[in-house]
Amino acid sequence: MNFEYKVEGGDFTHAGYASSQVKKMLKQLGVDVSIIKRVVVCLYEAEVNIVAHAYSGVIYIELTADRIIMRLVDKGPGIPDIDLAMQKGYSTASHAVREMGFGAGMGLPNISSNADVFNISSDVGVGTTVEIMINLNAIAA
Amino acid sequence: MKVIDIIEKLNLTLFSGSDGLNREVKGGYTSDLLSDVMGHADAGRVWITIQTHKNIMAIASLKDLPAVIIVGAEKPGDDTMDQSNIEGIPILGTSLRSFEISAELYNILKEE
Repeated sequence: MNFEYKVEGGDFTHAGYASSQVKKMLKQLGVDVSIIKRVVVCLYEAEVNIVAHAYSGVIYIELTADRIIMRLVDKGPGIPDIDLAMQKGYSTASHAVREMGFGAGMGLPNISSNADVFNISSDVGVGTTVEIMINLNAIAA
Repeated sequence: MKVIDIIEKLNLTLFSGSDGLNREVKGGYTSDLLSDVMGHADAGRVWITIQTHKNIMAIASLKDLPAVIIVGAEKPGDDTMDQSNIEGIPILGTSLRSFEISAELYNILKEE
């Protein structure tokens, strides 16, 4: 199964929509709760990153019996130094975004600790692509 | 212990989400950083925070948190309360600060 969700930069009122839809779907499929939790953490953080940093983006979900692949492709400023962005506590979020309790530099580390495979690539001035794969070895028969 | 019990014992205000008054409370998590809650709060924990915007409901829902307690006599935004009603996740309020309400919640859960 393949799904697509559009994300608008700056639109915090809808942040988390895709994560919520994917969570519902995995629940219906009987995926193990501990695996759903990891998917949700990864997808929510990646989704909020588009809202907080990019102009727009698309989330592509590819779901098979044994794994979920989440590809988040955004148009935005890109990340000049990915190693730095991956460091806990490092963030380029605006003051307004930080006041909301986002932008603590914990998002990418959260993804990294919950994903089975996590790739990030970026072109400065063009955008960023995040790929997250999580094994779902507990889909109900 | 249920959400309704902690409202009574801690004298909390109920702002919204009354459909969720019987949700089970297994503990608490106190933080104003959304990614901290996202990464570390376990299901069943009541979230204690000063944040009042709508995104707290997305986190509470995604993490299966039974309720949110807003501290310091702050009030949730209208769209936050609307989302709380849709999700059936109560938003509660207290005039206490995070440290004090966390201690009180800890004590009543410990006595159980």
